[in-house]
Amino acid sequence: MAEPRTLFDKVWDSHVVERLPDGTCILYIDRHLVHEVTSPQAFEGLRLAGRRVRRPDATIAVADHNIPTSDRRAGIAEPESRVQVETLERNVAEFNVPYIPVLDARQGIVHIIGPELGLSLPGSTIVCGDSHTSTHGALGALAFGIGTSEVEHVLATQTLLQRPAKNMLVRVDGTLGFGCTAKDIVLAIIGTIGTAGGTGHVIEYAGVAIRALDMAGRMTVCNMSIEAGARAGLIAPDETTIAYVAGKPFAPQGEAFDRAAAWWRTLPSDPGARYDRTVVLDAGAIAPMVTWGTSPETVVPVTGTVPDPAREPDEARRAQMQRMLEYMALAPGQRLQDVTVDAVFIGSCTNGRIEDLRAAAAVARGRRVAEGVRAMVVPGSGLVKQQAEAEGLDRILMQAGFEWREAGCSMCLGMNPDKLAPGQRCASTSNRNFEGRQGPGGRTHLLSPAMAAAAAVTGRLADVRELA
Amino acid sequence: MEKFTTLTATAAPLPLANVDTDKIIPARFLKTIRRTGLGVHLFDTLRYDASGAERPEFVLNRKEFRKAQILIAFENFGCGSSREHAPWALLDFGIRCIIAPDFADIFHNNCFKNGILPVRLPRPVCEALMADAQMGGNARLTVDLSRQVVVRPNGEEIPFEIDPFRRHLLLEGLDDIGQTLQHAAAIDAYEVRLRAERSWMPAIAAG
Ligand code: SF4
Repeated sequence: MAEPRTLFDKVWDSHVVERLPDGTCILYIDRHLVHEVTSPQAFEGLRLAGRRVRRPDATIAVADHNIPTSDRRAGIAEPESRVQVETLERNVAEFNVPYIPVLDARQGIVHIIGPELGLSLPGSTIVCGDSHTSTHGALGALAFGIGTSEVEHVLATQTLLQRPAKNMLVRVDGTLGFGCTAKDIVLAIIGTIGTAGGTGHVIEYAGVAIRALDMAGRMTVCNMSIEAGARAGLIAPDETTIAYVAGKPFAPQGEAFDRAAAWWRTLPSDPGARYDRTVVLDAGAIAPMVTWGTSPETVVPVTGTVPDPAREPDEARRAQMQRMLEYMALAPGQRLQDVTVDAVFIGSCTNGRIEDLRAAAAVARGRRVAEGVRAMVVPGSGLVKQQAEAEGLDRILMQAGFEWREAGCSMCLGMNPDKLAPGQRCASTSNRNFEGRQGPGGRTHLLSPAMAAAAAVTGRLADVRELA
Repeated sequence: MEKFTTLTATAAPLPLANVDTDKIIPARFLKTIRRTGLGVHLFDTLRYDASGAERPEFVLNRKEFRKAQILIAFENFGCGSSREHAPWALLDFGIRCIIAPDFADIFHNNCFKNGILPVRLPRPVCEALMADAQMGGNARLTVDLSRQVVVRPNGEEIPFEIDPFRRHLLLEGLDDIGQTLQHAAAIDAYEVRLRAERSWMPAIAAG
């Protein structure tokens, strides 16, 4: 009998074009997602070398990182952002790459629209010049971020030079408690294994708590694999996955879909498959989580307090905590629930899906955004926005005093005009709380959409369970 | 990528150690959408004053070195941030070969990716070449990659070591992509298999 294989092994093996003598593999890429920030030099490289895009029919481009989330019909005011988008438009025209225009309803964050449009399929290899490409692993795909030279490599050859990663299993048993979400699961995982915990590995998420998540929740978990140090995260395709993909515009249709689904069902890891490392968590023990520092691993339950660096035995780590507390303007022992916020950001490729907006609206319904708080909701895509408007979520949120914006990355990284002012504190559903990530001097607390809405209506890092 | 076989050119002396990539190309030029056009910003802070005027004393601003294609420097050239903009800027200026006692790792790699030959030679040899370079256009150096020698203006030949695989890629003008494309037959064969085994995989069409 053949050696039992993991999900990762199966997807990897089915995409190896050639194994080179030193162990590097030429890996075939099924889907290449292209955006405006990391592609200009790649297209330029092709042009200089007189090369073409090998498979435009496996490539799709969209602008998301630095487009404004206000009305875009007037164009983009910031010259550098505008030039990047215009460059992308010229490049896709010249190289015949399919493109979703800025004013198209399907425009959105590349990691939201890939799954939403059926571009991202189980068992496929998906790359994009962006680290959060790990999101697409929720479908059981091998999806990871690449650099500009590699973008050019994929455009020219439809392959990448890669060495196989190690396998890590993160199993989440049990049932999530009331008020807890996929975001709390992944923050708890990162808090447990640390931001370097997954280095050199791909993480497969398994266990009943993961199986119980809908696709949006699974994407939230896989999205933050990169914050756990892993290049990719995967969840085995199951009936939830297959039902999600069915009928999506770019997915296989009819009889082709049935043949695809038959293959997808063979992908879950074999019984007895070996993992280089296994971590087990109990979902029942997870509370709504909030970060206090400037690294995603600095996370505690919302009921907790800011940790005391004095209790940290490791000197380097102690100094680092001290710096974080200074930057975040927090004191050791302070209760997180007493921390007040100036801004709330609901959106990003971590939590910009319709399910996330529903969760936020459920908390916001009939309440008011606290005095002095700027709360902003940025749907992950134009289609998410349409759907939310069809469900009346926009009205609930706007009545509560939230801003309702156009789709894009927005305040997740502040490359467009949505930025924090220095010293402002933000409750954010995004994935990175690095210094200055949401604007120079801005202070970010990562949390779930429901928790973010609770922060908006109370003006502090409230426990959403007390608002129910 | 342009082939590198034999280069006879003016060498510019840059008698500095630890030239970091920020010196080669400062961070404020990274928002560009191109990898060409960075040459005017090469060594920006060394080359221009605060008003943007050229510093006449900087080597690349001197008439005899404006067309230099070889750069002679000291230890740890290219250290610091991993930006690929550093070799892009050098190449865009026209530099095809850098001679130094040693190089930072990532920069060294990035040179090969972009058709620049980094040559490691012991410090005393670099000092001798530095003296040659000071003579500007009156003392052209020849770098012969196929024979792995640097030829001084006085005819003396100095052998250098280079990884044979890297040498092959440069001589052939192959970057990573070029190298992968040598396996084009395997990629073609894979695609044939793919169309048979996963024929359900849709093509992406615009519109
Ligand atoms: S939403 Fe944020 S993390 Fe996601 S792709 Fe955009 S900038 Fe990156």
